[in-house]
Amino acid sequence: MKVNELKDKLGLEVLTEGDLNAECTGCYSGDLLSWVMSKAEAGDIWLTVMGNINAVAVSVLCDCACIILTEKAALDDTAKIKAEAQGVTILRSEKNAYQLGVEISKLI
Amino acid sequence: MDSIRLHYLVPGDDFTRAGAASSDVKRTLKELGVAPSVIRNVSIAMYEGEINMVIHAGGGDIDVEITENEIIMTLADKGPGIENLELAMKEGFSTAPDNIRCLGFGAGMGLPNIKKYTDEFRIDTKVGVGTTLHLKVYIQ
Ligand SMILES: Nc1ncnc2c1ncn2[C@@H]1O[C@H](COP(=O)(O)OP(=O)(O)OP(=O)(O)O)[C@@H](O)[C@H]1O
Ligand SMILES: [Mg+2]
Repeated sequence: MKVNELKDKLGLEVLTEGDLNAECTGCYSGDLLSWVMSKAEAGDIWLTVMGNINAVAVSVLCDCACIILTEKAALDDTAKIKAEAQGVTILRSEKNAYQLGVEISKLI
Repeated sequence: MDSIRLHYLVPGDDFTRAGAASSDVKRTLKELGVAPSVIRNVSIAMYEGEINMVIHAGGGDIDVEITENEIIMTLADKGPGIENLELAMKEGFSTAPDNIRCLGFGAGMGLPNIKKYTDEFRIDTKVGVGTTLHLKVYIQ
């Protein structure tokens, strides 16, 4: 499933637009960045509350398809600028990681 | 192919710029057509090293050499050094302060990640002198 479809199906708010045609092949949830770098795979949808510049860097390094900020977590201004510059898609939901994970598992 | 040499200065305590070196290397390797899995290993290892320099050592220097067969990274700082390396290498061990943990660091997974994502890994460290990481990733 493409990021664009995912966004529509889950009714996600778009905070930054990267490659909306990127293919979502998996999903990973976590907020500790080194943990994410150890476990997340390329093409993953990454569920997190970390809306800072370091999360953007980690998403790029791991080649995540997109970031979904869960439970309406905030996105820093510097993170937004960096995400736009690096082509990282950041979406947002009011749902928590569990609820999103359950829905995503039915889609991909 | 002639080998390519890159040098980066990592500023201390600047999280907005931390990651600049690893993303530059990532871009260079992409342009050279290196396999995505190799690029991922190199850039994650470098990013973890860069962040450690910023958080724990007040910045430092990174040298990267890209040859036909391998990527050699040397990350050197003049920080406090690591007292107990065996402990520092354990998953979950971290001395990161709370303000750093709020940023998402401090899982104590950085050094284990660096080891996991590199083919050769050596740390020279001395308390009061500094820490140098010697890393190699093979290009298959
Ligand atoms: N360059 C360094 N200089 C001094 N101490 C270091 C350096 N790198 C690591 N350390 C020490 O080793 C510990 C473990 O490092 P490691 O990268 O595994 O975890 P962390 O940086 O604390 O957390 P994480 O990397 O998961 O965000 C650190 O908490 C710190 O005490
Ligand atoms: Mg670390």
